[in-house]
Amino acid sequence: MEAKRKGPVIFSEIKPYAGLKQALELGESGVLKLVQDSNLKGRGGAGFPTGLKWKLAAESADKEKFVVCNADEGEPGTFKDRVLLTEYPVLVFEGMVIAGFAIGAEKGFLYLRGEYKSFILSIEKELERMRKDGALGKDILGKKGFNFDIEIRIGAGAYICGEETALIESMEGQRGEPRNRPPFPVDTGYYRHPTTVNNVETFAIITHLAAKGVSWFKSIGTEKSVGSKLLSISGDCKKSGVYEVPFGITIKQIIKMSGAENTKAVQVGGASGVCVSKKEFNRSISYEDLSTGGSIIIFNEERNLLDAVKNFLTFFEEESCGQCTPCREGIPVLIEAVDLLRKGECTQEYLKDLFSLGETMQLASKCGLGQSCPNAFLSVLNNFKKEYSLSKANKKEKKFNG
Amino acid sequence: MVKSGGYMKDKNKEVFLGEENRSRLLPILQNVQDKKGYISDADMQNIADELGIHPVEVYSVVTFYSFFNINKKGKYIIRVSNCISNVLAGSEKIVKEFEKKLKIKVGETTEDKKFTLERTSCIGMCDQAPAIMVDDKLIGKITPQIVGEIIKDLK
Repeated sequence: MEAKRKGPVIFSEIKPYAGLKQALELGESGVLKLVQDSNLKGRGGAGFPTGLKWKLAAESADKEKFVVCNADEGEPGTFKDRVLLTEYPVLVFEGMVIAGFAIGAEKGFLYLRGEYKSFILSIEKELERMRKDGALGKDILGKKGFNFDIEIRIGAGAYICGEETALIESMEGQRGEPRNRPPFPVDTGYYRHPTTVNNVETFAIITHLAAKGVSWFKSIGTEKSVGSKLLSISGDCKKSGVYEVPFGITIKQIIKMSGAENTKAVQVGGASGVCVSKKEFNRSISYEDLSTGGSIIIFNEERNLLDAVKNFLTFFEEESCGQCTPCREGIPVLIEAVDLLRKGECTQEYLKDLFSLGETMQLASKCGLGQSCPNAFLSVLNNFKKEYSLSKANKKEKKFNG
Repeated sequence: MVKSGGYMKDKNKEVFLGEENRSRLLPILQNVQDKKGYISDADMQNIADELGIHPVEVYSVVTFYSFFNINKKGKYIIRVSNCISNVLAGSEKIVKEFEKKLKIKVGETTEDKKFTLERTSCIGMCDQAPAIMVDDKLIGKITPQIVGEIIKDLK
C-alpha cells in the first residue's frame, strides 16, 4: 500500500493481506483473543469494545451471521471515511474479512452513505481484485471452508442511518428508524441474525492489529485509550484535512498542528459533540476525556457560537426520525431558545428550564441522535457565557407549551 | 410470489432470499431514482406489487430518505453543503451565486427543467469547503467564479 500519508497505526506501512494471512494463521479463537487483549474500542464515537462485540457474535449458535461496515459517515465535520475508502479501501475490506473469519460470518455489507455513491466504481474494482487474489470468495487465501464476500449497500441521505440499528432497518428496506436496544445487533441484527456493525476506521485498524500484534498496538496512545484516532479537522484553520494522531493529544496540540490562529473555540465530535473553550484547551482526545468520532471544527474569535449552535440544531431537526418525544419535541424548543438568547430575552428562570430539558433529552431519547443533540447547546451555554446575555426580567415569562 | 418486471433488474447483481425480498427495496428505488429522476405513484404501486407489500409502505420509505423524490426535479440537482464548516467557508455566498446565475431560489427548479438548487447537510468535504454535490459528484473548493463555469459545463 502506498504510504502517501503518515501515521502511527492506520497510515503506517503494511503489505497487502499481511493482516488477513496472520489472522488465518491465528485461528478464529486466536483472532478473538487478539482483539480483546488489544482493548480496541469502536472508532465511530461510542467506544464499545470491539473484542467483546465480536465475542458475543461468535458465541451465538446461529448459523447465519453478518458483518457490516458502517460507512454512513454523516456527522458534520467528518470525512475520514471518505479518505479511507478512496485511498485505503483494501485495508478496510481486509478488516471485514478478518471479522467474518472471527465470528463465523460468510457475508459482509458495506453500508455506504448516498453522498459517497461516486466511489462505487473504484470500490467495486478493489473488491473484484480481492476476489481475483483469493482474498474474497471461497476458501479464502487457501483456508479450506472459509468463505466470505462483501456486498455494497447505499444509503439515501439519512444521517440517522449511521445509528447501527437504523442502519440495519435501512438494509432491510425499511425507514431508518432506530430499534429498541437491547436486543443488540450482535444478538438480533440483520434479519434477526447476529450482526457486528463496526466503523470503517475500526476495520482498518483490525488489519494492522492482526499483522503487527497487541504489544505494538498497545505502545501507542494512553493506558485507557489504546492506539490512534483519525481526526477530520476543518473550520478556521490553515491546514484542514485528515490527521492520524495517538490518543492523548491535546486540543492545544491539534490547534497548532492545523495552523489555526486566533482560536476561540473547538467543537469536538461534530454537531453531536461539545464545544470546548480556551481554558479547556489542555483537555485531550481519548475515551477518558473527550471521546469523539473524529470531527474537529475550529472557530476563530470573530465567530458567533450561537450561530453554530443554531446550525447544529437545525440539522438535527431535519435529521431526527421523529419516533420519540424528547428528541422530536425538544429540538424545536432549543432552536427557539437560541433566538431568545440572541435577543437577550431569555430569563434566568427559563434558562434553568432549558438545561433541565437538555438533560431530559440526553437521558430519555431512544438513540444516540436524541441523546447527543443537546450537547453543543449545553456546552456553549456553559462554557461561553459571554456569547449571550440574559433578560433582567424576574418573571417566568416563557414556559414550555405543554 | 414475486413477479419479475424490470424493477428487479438493478445493476447490483442481487440474490433473492425469500422473505428478504424487502431488503431489495432501497436498491430498486435507487435504480428508479437514477433512471427517471423521481419515483412516481405508478412506480411505487408496481414496486409494491413485485415485493408483495402495500404501496403505502413503499411511500413511507420513499419519503423518509432525502435523496428520493416523488416529484420530478431538474435534470441536474445541485446541492450546496450547509454544515457549519461550509458556512464558515462561505457556502451562503455560493448559494447566492447559484441563485443569481440560475435565476431561481433554493428549493426551486429552473424553467427549462435543467437545474434544481438545494441545500444539504454535511457531504464529507469539509476539508475542501465550500463544497457541493452535482448529482452524485462531489466538488470542493467552490468559488463564486467557478459557479458560472459549472453551470456552463452542464449546459
